[in-house]
Amino acid sequence: MTIDVVGVSKRFKSFNALDNVSLHVRSGELVALLGPSGSGKTTLLRIIAGLDWPDAGEVRFDGEDALARTVRDRNVGFVFQHYALFRHLSVFENVAFGLRVRTGKDKVPDAAIRARVSELLELVQIDWLADRYPGQLSGGQRQRVALARALAISPRVLLLDEPFGALDAKVRKELRRWLRHLHEELPVTSLLVTHDQEEALELADRVVVMGHGRIEQVGTPAEVYENPATAFVHDFIGETLALPAEVRAGRLYAGDRPLALDSQGTADGPARLLARPHDVDFADPGDAPFAGRVLAVRTFGPVRRADIEIAGRDGPVVVEAAVPLQQDLATGGLIGLLPRKYRVFAASA
Amino acid sequence: MSVAEIAPPATAPARVIRQAPPVHTEPPAVRIAIITVALVFLGLVIGLPLVSVFVQAFAKGWQTYVAALVDPDALAAIRLTLIVAAISVGLNLVFGLVASWAIAKFEFTGKSFLITLIDLPFSVSPVVAGLVFVLLFGSQGLIGPFLQANDIKIVFALPGIVLATVFVTFPFVARELIPLMQEQGTSEEEAAISLGASGLSTFFRVTLPNVKWALLYGVLLCNARAMGEFGAVSVVSGHIRGLTNTMPLQIEILYNEYQFAASFAVASLLALLALVTLCAKTILEKRLTREH
Ligand SMILES: Nc1ncnc2c1ncn2[C@@H]1O[C@H](COP(=O)(O)OP(=O)(O)OP(=O)(O)O)[C@@H](O)[C@H]1O
Ligand SMILES: [Mg+2]
Repeated sequence: MTIDVVGVSKRFKSFNALDNVSLHVRSGELVALLGPSGSGKTTLLRIIAGLDWPDAGEVRFDGEDALARTVRDRNVGFVFQHYALFRHLSVFENVAFGLRVRTGKDKVPDAAIRARVSELLELVQIDWLADRYPGQLSGGQRQRVALARALAISPRVLLLDEPFGALDAKVRKELRRWLRHLHEELPVTSLLVTHDQEEALELADRVVVMGHGRIEQVGTPAEVYENPATAFVHDFIGETLALPAEVRAGRLYAGDRPLALDSQGTADGPARLLARPHDVDFADPGDAPFAGRVLAVRTFGPVRRADIEIAGRDGPVVVEAAVPLQQDLATGGLIGLLPRKYRVFAASA
Repeated sequence: MSVAEIAPPATAPARVIRQAPPVHTEPPAVRIAIITVALVFLGLVIGLPLVSVFVQAFAKGWQTYVAALVDPDALAAIRLTLIVAAISVGLNLVFGLVASWAIAKFEFTGKSFLITLIDLPFSVSPVVAGLVFVLLFGSQGLIGPFLQANDIKIVFALPGIVLATVFVTFPFVARELIPLMQEQGTSEEEAAISLGASGLSTFFRVTLPNVKWALLYGVLLCNARAMGEFGAVSVVSGHIRGLTNTMPLQIEILYNEYQFAASFAVASLLALLALVTLCAKTILEKRLTREH
């Protein structure tokens, strides 16, 4: 099932939680919504599910107006940010809930419910926990119950709000692969919210980067990483080394010094030169476009980082650079930075 | 109104809080002294009167006790009390559920006003509450003439007594449920409707089971207060023997007529109710703390 979000806006009092958001999700795709806290990810998901209504805009499932349908009729599986399991029901009954509430001609016979729930519990690998209550489960187990419960109604759309948010890094990684696998097995279109970029990049077919209630960029993980559309995306996805600069008459300057670097068509005014740390080389301070004082050097296993203080327009700026292992770097010394690959954005953006 | 005050505990329902393990800093002698003072005080103020109710009730022997209870007026009072309690608890159960549901799960203007309003009966003297109903529905009251013209009796009849009792007891259920429901939030309800449940089945399958023990607790306190209410009911009842006297009123009348044994016999029933309520309350509190 395709999902189309067209020009959706949502305000809470005077606060714009979503500002003219449009998004197309292809059938069978797994899309990750990525953005910092408060960027409107949950709000967008709730609107798609029908738990909230937009102030303006449209939501379409397979081209049909979804806003005309209530949550009940949208047949959307929703996995909540904090699971929202029914605390008074056993794991089995939690998963069975969506089938038990069907009445009239949709009523599911008890035997069919048992079979389906057992099948789902096996699928999420917690069949041995069927008689436990949510209070007696670990975070990862709750997560699986929440997923099985959402899958019980055979949804065509699966919305997952930070499903791995409360889990430790190791369990996250494991569940991530398992979820990807599950998504491929089922005829379902999935939208997953996360603010963990690694998760989004590893799991999703496409990534939607949100910031301040707006969609900043949509693309494959590689596109978003290699070719960020805005400074916000560059900052948010992957590591960024930001160098202060200025564009005057189409040329880049650091302070009063013209730089032998391309301004990439950025408009005149204060600018920021953004690069991945590993795309910045060290050089002799005299030859490099940027130079600064080394404040500290840290080593974690194969990675070495250095804090380098650079003079900026409004006082010194500290950047974190990646240091090749063979590079000699003395704390307190001057060092030049030479970006090999970089993007230039106006500083206000 | 001396004797009638031995009614079931009618304190405001306090939230059940899980207690931290005690940390003792006082020397044992001080601790023992404090505990002794508390126990002696409790014994004098609560234990002694309770025991004396039963002693007085049986002062003239079994036969007098039983005779006092099967007296037609006493039986009528017991019956009326049960009816009034059943109706008011029923009404307050529904009202309390609806009000706390609305307050805890929805945003609307006038919400804080509604919360204040629910607490009103706790801050108004029951006698004043009773008087308000007389002023409204009595023959000299605001809509009294209209009621008289249509032959509807409210004051000095069952409806008035029920109204007064409902007014006095309506905070009990709501006060118990609101904090619990607020703490639980709306996420389980949202999960339920996203799984296809209707509003009604969400309420009965999710909301209600999540608060059932707190609800029972509220009902228990509400019932105890409804059966023991004296002030408000006294004003609206009219004290018609065998007709509009509830148990507390009957006890007072008997007492004023110097029929002490009979008066205490009826009072012993209320005292018994108090003891049963206390036990049930303790059991429920255990359940509540366990579920939190
Ligand atoms: N019911 C509400 N009333 C008022 N403001 C709200 C409400 N729900 C969300 N907001 C605001 O809308 C903004 C977006 O919220 P949302 O929950 O969508 O963020 P999010 O991207 O999911 O963040 P997180 O990663 O922390 O979950 C936030 O600033 C939040 O304060
Ligand atoms: Mg969120």
